[in-house]
Amino acid sequence: MRLYAIFVYMFLYIPIGVIALFSFNAGRHASQLQGLSTKWYGIALSNPFVMDALETSLVVAFISATCASLFGTMAAVALQGIKGPVRTAFDALIYISVMIPGIVIGIATLIGLVTIFDQLNPLIVAIWPNGIEPPQLHMGFASLIAAHTLFLMALVIIIVRARLSGMDRSLTEASSDLYSTPFGTFRQVTLPLIFPAILAGFLLSFTFSFDDFIVAFFVAGSETTLPIYVFSSIRRGVTPEINAIGTMVMAVSLIMLVTAQILLRRGERRNK
Amino acid sequence: MTQRTRNWLLLAPAGTWFLVMLIVPLTVVLIYSFGERATAGGYSPAFTFEQYANLPARWAAFKNTMVLAPVGTLAALLIAYPVAYFLAVRVSPKWKTILLVLVIVPFWTSILIRSYAWIFLLGGRGIPALLEWIGIEGVRLINTPFSVLIGIIYGYLPLMVFPIYVNLERLDKRLLEASSDLGAKPWRTFIQITLPMSIPGIATGCMLVFILLMGEFLIPALLGGGKVFFVGNALVDLFLQSRNWPYGSAVAVTLVVVMLITVTIYMRLIKRLGAHREDVSLM
Repeated sequence: MRLYAIFVYMFLYIPIGVIALFSFNAGRHASQLQGLSTKWYGIALSNPFVMDALETSLVVAFISATCASLFGTMAAVALQGIKGPVRTAFDALIYISVMIPGIVIGIATLIGLVTIFDQLNPLIVAIWPNGIEPPQLHMGFASLIAAHTLFLMALVIIIVRARLSGMDRSLTEASSDLYSTPFGTFRQVTLPLIFPAILAGFLLSFTFSFDDFIVAFFVAGSETTLPIYVFSSIRRGVTPEINAIGTMVMAVSLIMLVTAQILLRRGERRNK
Repeated sequence: MTQRTRNWLLLAPAGTWFLVMLIVPLTVVLIYSFGERATAGGYSPAFTFEQYANLPARWAAFKNTMVLAPVGTLAALLIAYPVAYFLAVRVSPKWKTILLVLVIVPFWTSILIRSYAWIFLLGGRGIPALLEWIGIEGVRLINTPFSVLIGIIYGYLPLMVFPIYVNLERLDKRLLEASSDLGAKPWRTFIQITLPMSIPGIATGCMLVFILLMGEFLIPALLGGGKVFFVGNALVDLFLQSRNWPYGSAVAVTLVVVMLITVTIYMRLIKRLGAHREDVSLM
């Protein structure tokens, strides 16, 4: 039994380990190890396409994780206090955005937004003052952020709600009995208690957005994110450069994930 | 400001987002699926069932998905169960958390990079080269159903282990002791107590993996090499290459409908199994 478990852990980690090992390859060929060096990291980090894609991915991940954490927390707090059809509707929306495959979300966002833009663009041209080039709405940075915010928001709502429902009610009741305003109670009691969950939600959201390929593939327009860059490079063949990029991406996600885990667990313990 | 107004204000951004980025786009897909393809690609308004009538043209993609998704789910279950059992029953509490985290962590990292790792391992200079070295020649692993299956298992194993672990962890260990005290052999305890009690965990794991597999694109795209393709690959082809939006929409709608039907039937079955278990435990 133990042997079997060791085997499964090897199955899970050897492929990642092999990529990491070969990323330090000194040779020019992807699959022949010829001494160790960090030169492929240097090459990857001085490739303008990689750096551009990395910048896009980081900016998109940061903005969409921020929006998702903010809107998601607001919604989770409000949903805690209400019942009836509004709550049912939101539960259904959260369920739908988690259930529907990412690829269908990507497609729907693409053709939905293109349709809306096609309607709005002539309007903008019509109302824009003469002599100035009117802006045209198109798929790109903003649509990518909007699409990521959608599915990350559902994630944040789920995480923050779990924490809110695990919270001791008597704390907020005590606060309002002591004549605190609802906002005062929120700021001084609720927020400190749910903050670890919000932060964990933010970190998970950031990782998801940073790693997302399928939604970005449809809605990024002419923008290239790091996963899109990696995907198109893989199509052209396996290189040590992709190994280096892959290892860095994995390392960043691992750091974020471990931090999120620690935050969630520490918060859980404090609530008990 | 009343509590009511405050709640509305708090829900407004999320509600707007859900409306504009989820409800409107999904409705557009549904409407487009009854439309016609414009000559330059895209959509021209119509009301026709032509797109749905054409679905058999993409039968292979649906067939592959409906074969490899259940097979992949089952394979992941068979591999995951003993690991979950080991973690929940055999491992000391000190090691439990760290070992569990080690199983889950890969799932939250880039599936793109993880599938890429297998291109590297299964490709010509990876495992086949090793096999050649020990004398087995001409083995082709990449771009076969086998490589796609490996990718699926690798990608979704953590998601299967977790719910089964949670289930087995909560299982009352006294039941197992009682069973062995009453003279049952270990395998009999497993068949009659552990396995039936862990059905909810198995059900959750299978459903999570199956749902995600139905919409899979990356694993077959990277490890199937155009020979083993899922509905997801057909969708990318229809929307980004041939720009046949109405037909693509019909395929997407069908995928979601098939998924909902399968999940509903599956839930019914599980409920029945669960009810059966309740009867047994009452006796």
